[in-house]
Amino acid sequence: MEPHPDLTISVIRGLGWLYLLMSLLNICWTFRSHKHDGYYNRMFGIDHLPKSMFWAIYSALLLVLAAVHLVFSADASSFLLRLPSWFKVAADTVIANPISFFCLSLVIFIAIIALRKWWVQPTVAWILFNLSVLFLAVSMTDYDFRQIVGKPDNVPIVGMLYLVGFTTWLYFYKANDNDERIAEGRPLAEKELSDQVLVWPDLVYSEMICMILVTSLLIVWGVALQAPLEEPASAVKTPNPSKAPWYFLGLQEMLVYYDPWMAGVVLPSVILVGLMAIPYIDFNTKGNGYYTFDERKFAIITFLFGFLPLWVGMIVLGTFIRGPNWNMFGLYEYWDVHKLEVLNNVNLSEYFWHGLGQPLPKPDAEAPGLSQVLTILSREWLGILLTLAYLFVLPPLMAVTVFKKFYVKMGFVRYMVLANLVLLMASLPLKMVLRWVFRLKYIVAIPEWFFNI
Amino acid sequence: MSVTEYIRKSQIWRSIFRHPAPYDRRNRAVVVLTNFFLHLHPVSAKKGGIALSYTWCMGGITFFLFLVEALTGVLLMFYYRPTLEWAFTDIRALRDVNTLGIMREIHRWGAHAMVITVWLHMYRVFLTGSYKPPREFNWVIGVLLLVLTLLLSFTGYLLPWDQLAIWAITVGSNMARATPFLGHEGPGFQLLNVGGFDLITNASDARFLLLGARTVGEETLNRFYILHCVAIPIVVSGLIAIHFWRVRKDGGISQPL
Ligand code: HEM
Repeated sequence: MEPHPDLTISVIRGLGWLYLLMSLLNICWTFRSHKHDGYYNRMFGIDHLPKSMFWAIYSALLLVLAAVHLVFSADASSFLLRLPSWFKVAADTVIANPISFFCLSLVIFIAIIALRKWWVQPTVAWILFNLSVLFLAVSMTDYDFRQIVGKPDNVPIVGMLYLVGFTTWLYFYKANDNDERIAEGRPLAEKELSDQVLVWPDLVYSEMICMILVTSLLIVWGVALQAPLEEPASAVKTPNPSKAPWYFLGLQEMLVYYDPWMAGVVLPSVILVGLMAIPYIDFNTKGNGYYTFDERKFAIITFLFGFLPLWVGMIVLGTFIRGPNWNMFGLYEYWDVHKLEVLNNVNLSEYFWHGLGQPLPKPDAEAPGLSQVLTILSREWLGILLTLAYLFVLPPLMAVTVFKKFYVKMGFVRYMVLANLVLLMASLPLKMVLRWVFRLKYIVAIPEWFFNI
Repeated sequence: MSVTEYIRKSQIWRSIFRHPAPYDRRNRAVVVLTNFFLHLHPVSAKKGGIALSYTWCMGGITFFLFLVEALTGVLLMFYYRPTLEWAFTDIRALRDVNTLGIMREIHRWGAHAMVITVWLHMYRVFLTGSYKPPREFNWVIGVLLLVLTLLLSFTGYLLPWDQLAIWAITVGSNMARATPFLGHEGPGFQLLNVGGFDLITNASDARFLLLGARTVGEETLNRFYILHCVAIPIVVSGLIAIHFWRVRKDGGISQPL
């Protein structure tokens, strides 16, 4: 028997239960659809065809699928329902490449915002949810996918993705509603619930139900999945890859583009200071205490960009896609320690001096300290100038152009804080693009002082 | 007289609950006012503010998970010794021989869940604009709670003392080496020297402070154990108390004016 089988009987059974669950959920959805969705006037030559027909057929198909998985008892290797390899190859090519990965997450991000009126419609959202579960389910028929997604410590990330998806949906659903109300001059949805109610029973009971649900979830989770315990610690056996805990993998991913002092110290501090500064730099008094998008577009888009593609997206990348030697691997790819990725990145100063046809100025170790410093600075002058310009010239420029309104309303200090925070956040995707397009390593490279940007 | 009635009328019961059962409007208000646990709440609130679809109950669930972690954590402490000799074996015993072993699972998954719910709570607070005046400062306290939640999880990650643990902590704490000025591989550390001697070395920098040693070792285990089981939980409890107090004092859960 194969050591790494794509399918085993227990995987097939597990999928059977999953399809059964999905079928039941979709049967519920069929009833909902029957109540709300109405009819097609004429379709396939039939008058008055209820839209819920399609959900009924789909649920039935899922039920058949579940039955097939649950009763199958022959050799697992002869089971035919599995992910075709052309799909695996195609998906891996897209995912295991930083450029297409980030383009993809950017496209999704833009679609979430631009198509917000479309995708939050319950039917569309339900279809998207179904597609994601089906994707997960068929992917489970791949051995390598199971190894990485099924790891006990990675399971919460899948859960988080669904929760983030659901809450984002809920936000846009409510914000769209309120935005329509505002546009039409009707009162906000929250306003319609402004009567006072007693906390007992209206709040304490829902709290108690929450507590019971969370407790049972934890117990079920604890029984179903054993907490990981690997070999005893050994200071000499370095695992490859060595990963930080999953919630820090966004930071670890930044190490690809920034040196540790930036990725591990400066940028995390900037994130925290930036978060704390939000209430003091957001001068927009609208949108306090209700869901809205139209009334605070800039704030929402900036925050969503930081949270969805940068924070959550990079956790996904760091957990599921970064493998040995921090190389990128497709979801269905074996984590080969010997996979080679040619890395030869070039510093800006090297581009500059070699472009001029000159060697890099080298500080003379014998020379007095000051002249060494001057040599280093003259070697890196272009990068230093660009960095300073980015942080200190760009904000005033933006103040008289794109951010004019902000500057007038915010005053100098607040504006500068905002501009620098936005620029620092933008510097990450910017550096990524520079890396991919120009193979740029450091803009300022002073390894002598551990000072690389 | 039915049994419940008998119990409710007894002196013992009435000494614990100083009011009749919350059957009517008046007593529903009184129960919230007089009960220590319930008095975190106001007596009444706007319907929209306590709607599940508004708060997602994420702050409440985060708090509940914190309590679950405290309870399961104390139980785990009975079975765990933070030394190189015992740490790993004690954890393995939780799996293999201990009846209460499932506490470890609940503690670990609860910790993951708490990280997720605290993010989602922040997400909700942002999306409803609830950090806007007068709630600016409570948002700042919230950010501190977020950091401490992550640190609680991070320090706990080391305690099983397996390969997963020490290497995750090694990777995570290596960053501290590069702290500007205060890390021995950080920019500017050379500036801190006296008479040609570096003040910042691998035995005196920010990373050493965190680990208590040059690499992740027994000193680190001890340090993280104390941070995880004593120091951070105390600070978090204090901040949560302030956080809740401020929710009330800032006018309750935010709602449109
Ligand atoms: C251990 C972590 C935390 C706990 C236990 C906690 C708990 C709570 C609870 C129970 C509420 C009442 C409303 C609700 O449930 O949404 C609340 C409100 C609030 N929280 Fe937190 N929280 C935590 C972390 C945070 C973080 C990370 C932030 C933001 C960065 C934050 C900012 C706020 C603000 C501004 C409010 C007032 C919201 C409003 O009035 O609508 N909290 N918190």
